[in-house]
Amino acid sequence: MKWIGVALVAGSLLLPPLFAGDFYINLASQILIAAIFALSLNLLVGFGGMTSLGHASYLGVGAYISALLTSRYGFGHGAAALLSIVGTTAMAAFFGVIALRASGLGFLMITLALSQVLWGLAYRMSNVTNGDNGIAGLTRPAPFGISLDSPISFYWFALIVATFALVMMATFVSSAFGSSLKGVRDQPRRMAALGFNPWLIRWITFVYAGFWGGVAGLLYVYYHKYMHPTSLSTTSSAEALLGVIAGGSGTLGGPAVGAALVVLLKNYVSAYLERWNMLLGLVFLFIVLVTPTGIVPGVSRLTTRLRGGER
Amino acid sequence: MTALTFGYALEVVNLKKTFGGLTVTQNVSLSIRPGERRLIIGPNGAGKTTLFNQISGDLRPNSGSISLFGSDITHLPPYKRAHLGLSRTYQIITLFAGDTLEHNVTLGLLGLRRARWQMWRPLSFYGNMTTEARRTLDAVGLLQLATHPISDIAYGERRRVELAMALAQQPRVLLLDEPLAGLSNTERATVKSLIASIPRQTTVIMIEHDMDTALDLAETVTLLNYGRVIVDGERDAVIADERTREVYLGT
Repeated sequence: MKWIGVALVAGSLLLPPLFAGDFYINLASQILIAAIFALSLNLLVGFGGMTSLGHASYLGVGAYISALLTSRYGFGHGAAALLSIVGTTAMAAFFGVIALRASGLGFLMITLALSQVLWGLAYRMSNVTNGDNGIAGLTRPAPFGISLDSPISFYWFALIVATFALVMMATFVSSAFGSSLKGVRDQPRRMAALGFNPWLIRWITFVYAGFWGGVAGLLYVYYHKYMHPTSLSTTSSAEALLGVIAGGSGTLGGPAVGAALVVLLKNYVSAYLERWNMLLGLVFLFIVLVTPTGIVPGVSRLTTRLRGGER
Repeated sequence: MTALTFGYALEVVNLKKTFGGLTVTQNVSLSIRPGERRLIIGPNGAGKTTLFNQISGDLRPNSGSISLFGSDITHLPPYKRAHLGLSRTYQIITLFAGDTLEHNVTLGLLGLRRARWQMWRPLSFYGNMTTEARRTLDAVGLLQLATHPISDIAYGERRRVELAMALAQQPRVLLLDEPLAGLSNTERATVKSLIASIPRQTTVIMIEHDMDTALDLAETVTLLNYGRVIVDGERDAVIADERTREVYLGT
């Protein structure tokens, strides 16, 4: 049964590009990018119990660094990508120190405030970021000389990165350190009494989540070939958070499913409805009412029940 | 002075803690020798758990000092105290409800090992930790439930998991906060013999209301009331003391 699921997922990722049109291939690429981003946020929200409303900071800054270095300062894509990841991770290390002074609602507000500062900067420092006009005319890298300009080649590239990201994050949460992290999420006081350093465990996770947020940002800017301050907005953070919660926080597949849902709704519904946000809200309301723990845990409970299993 | 203090497993000197205008710990001093079995008694609100919380590091005292085997731990965070050999259990059961008994006890072991930072190997890679966790569960009589989640087991069994988590760490000083609370008579007897079987390398300090059981386990007794030490000494002397009767036994 488990293998049927794996085969279905693999099939749906590998087959469509062979016959689907460019529109759908691009949509699939966007889903993959959103999935990496949601998975990285899920490290904080689902596995660390740290609900962040500022995760767009890492996507946005990762993307902006690459965009600026390649378009303004003449860097090659390799060096720009490296600096972008290092810069984003360093920023996460610094922001983590600030945000982890609080937990719960305080943590959420600090992450929100920090991301708002960056968003404001991206708008106002127009001599650097070009403000509301955004940075246009960006290019995609050509790793090993393979051009990523066609939708299909970019899709394969995104799929490889997303698979790698999923494996890395899955390894992280199922490691011994992952057990420490989940313990600190559930009983921080007890964990401290047992010899774990809750702060450091949270901080390391925060930095790791920032790292993958930066990776998602790189893919994001490669895909769009354009950069605008909205990528740093609260809406961008909130969409990812909605995806995580709707898909199932604290599960590995959930955030990917949730992210796919957000991207699909956004792209399809916005073609027919101007107020597509309203429909997005209603869909999430429905999900949360029907399966409060998210789509993936809800569906897996349903299938075990249908097969007559317990629990 | 230093030579003298080194002789104690745990030494608390003039500890003071206030919550706003309320003084919950008032000049409390305790000297507990290695291997000693100390019972801390006192009416509700006497400041027993607050004292434990300061010893374990969950609360910072306003003044005074705490030392563990001669080293000052007053300003250390709780996790560092754990690495110096201090373990505790909680009056309110604090377990990982969704995880198995085995996993709960393994977390106790993991906390003191470098493997807690290991980011690519799963916990199951460390088979020796699982073996040790199972051995500890066997010692508290819960081996047959090792793979059940905590949410599946009864209250009395959870109390024993609390104890197992602390015992697995082989602490030098063990703080037990009401280990018998809410247990049936048979469970009491089980836990009592469990506590009695703790090796002498471990110093045991216990808060307990059930005098019939707890006094048998204790060698020395400290009576607290309104955050102060009222009587402190050998068990029989404390029981016989008039102030004990006044405060606690109520006769």
